[in-house]
Amino acid sequence: MTDAPLLSVHDLSVRFGALAAVDGVSFDLWPGEVLAIVGESGSGKTTLLRAIHGFLRPTAGSIRYRSDRFGEVELTVLDEPRRRLLARTEWGFVHQNPRDGLRLSHSAGANVGERLMAAGARHWGNIRAQALVWLDRVEIDQARIDDLPRTFSGGMQQRLQIARVLVINPRLVLMDEPTGGLDVSVQARLLDLIRRLVAELGLSVIVVTHDLGVARLLAQRILVMQRGRVVEAGLTDQVLDDPQHPYSQLLVSSVLAA
Amino acid sequence: MSATPYNFAYLDEQTKREIRRALLKALAIPGHQVPFASREMPLARGWGTGGMQVTAAVIGRDDVLKVIDQGADDTTNAVSIRQFFTRVAGVRTTTRTEEATIIQTRHRIPETPLRPGQIMVYQVPQPEPLWRLEPSRAETRRLHALAEYGIMHVKLYEDIARHGRITLAYDYPVLVHGRYVMAPSPIPAFDNPKLHRSPAIHLFGAGREKRLYAVPPHTDVVSLAFEDHPFRPWKADAACMLCGATDSYLDEILIDDRGTRRFICSDTDWCERRRAKGKAA
Ligand SMILES: Nc1ncnc2c1ncn2[C@@H]1O[C@H](COP(=O)(O)OP(=O)(O)O)[C@@H](O)[C@H]1O
Ligand SMILES: [Mg+2]
Repeated sequence: MTDAPLLSVHDLSVRFGALAAVDGVSFDLWPGEVLAIVGESGSGKTTLLRAIHGFLRPTAGSIRYRSDRFGEVELTVLDEPRRRLLARTEWGFVHQNPRDGLRLSHSAGANVGERLMAAGARHWGNIRAQALVWLDRVEIDQARIDDLPRTFSGGMQQRLQIARVLVINPRLVLMDEPTGGLDVSVQARLLDLIRRLVAELGLSVIVVTHDLGVARLLAQRILVMQRGRVVEAGLTDQVLDDPQHPYSQLLVSSVLAA
Repeated sequence: MSATPYNFAYLDEQTKREIRRALLKALAIPGHQVPFASREMPLARGWGTGGMQVTAAVIGRDDVLKVIDQGADDTTNAVSIRQFFTRVAGVRTTTRTEEATIIQTRHRIPETPLRPGQIMVYQVPQPEPLWRLEPSRAETRRLHALAEYGIMHVKLYEDIARHGRITLAYDYPVLVHGRYVMAPSPIPAFDNPKLHRSPAIHLFGAGREKRLYAVPPHTDVVSLAFEDHPFRPWKADAACMLCGATDSYLDEILIDDRGTRRFICSDTDWCERRRAKGKAA
């Protein structure tokens, strides 16, 4: 870890009319760190993640990001061309529903290759070779490279989405319930894969989940969100084994009960 | 009231001025699609009216008009559009490329090299090169604005994955002036190189989609490709059975009911000129 955060979110708010979906959230993400954001459905996790990525505009607050390309930038005021360039070259977003992150009517190879082409790759053989490597890394049979993702199972689609995100070697990866819609057995395999890739690539990750098991397995640190606010933050083991805030205690006990 | 039922070249002066203004903007931003208030035009069902509106807006009394459909001057559509402008503008028409000052076209660029001062007018059914890849109009506008053209190569990537080479043969996307990706209209990829640094003015009109765009003279027009799969304009590996040409774009025809196939030049004017000069096979 270096001595400066990769991402610093300060007093961030996102309002939908009268509703403060994200309400004064602050935290740092350090290089190589996996941070989990947990909380029940409707607590503002997805909204926070989407605001960081720039899919929606925050109402107030600041998001500072240390870019390879531009140095330190304030994302809330960054112009769209540069924000999109960062999204193409330094970031990845893993959607809960792989259909939101894939082109279903284009082949698996094209889905992985598109990110390379968007970043400027123009050598077909190299693009193809990298797509093959990445299909293998996410445990998809290389023979499926020219098949359409809509012929894939849900778990395969999610792994393909992850290959598409990671192929450009992003510095910052945002994941929204990456194991959300999947069967429990499929979830376990996917979690294992994500954990391995994150470690191998030394990725900095924010993973949003309502599943404390996912947070336990992936994250070094946890933020607990309730109604748009961070009510507790700390090391994963501390928060899960010895929660301080009543809401965190409720969350942890309900998982124990489940 | 004037004696004729139409204004010169059918459209009223205000409409023509609006179209010319959009065309000037299109010429100033090569390859960029400019919206315009498309009008109804009579006749030419199945042809589309974008090209006709452009021709009507730029034509003057001294112009000489050539109209080609596929490569031919004598199809029903080409003849009726020529007759239309004879009637509403009283201009001279020609079938000879070098005589024409305006060439309204669908599907081809003539084989005879174009010269400075000539205007090519293309009838365009689909002006958006990204339309199959990105269904949202708002998003394609954004992609053009930010020159984010990665998805354009997705189509070519898959073509190579499937066939071992780029097989896209018509409406092959080009990068104009190093900035905008443009649909060159359904001309064969064979014709794309004719756009590159052409001395003529190229105006594109899409009536249904209400878009105009242009390539001014001497502008770079580069067909998209990969480093290891460079652009190769395809043509049939054959000679024209009428004039013997091996370097022109050829149409394949059946010459009997036993399925015998032959090739003839798609550009009828060019083929006739060659035969007149005694270059028959
Ligand atoms: N686009 C939107 N417009 C209005 N309200 C929204 C919008 N998106 C989310 N919300 C509301 O904001 C709150 C937080 O939603 P969300 O961020 O999706 O929570 P989570 O991901 O934690 O389940 C919810 O009350 C939700 O209904
Ligand atoms: Mg959510």
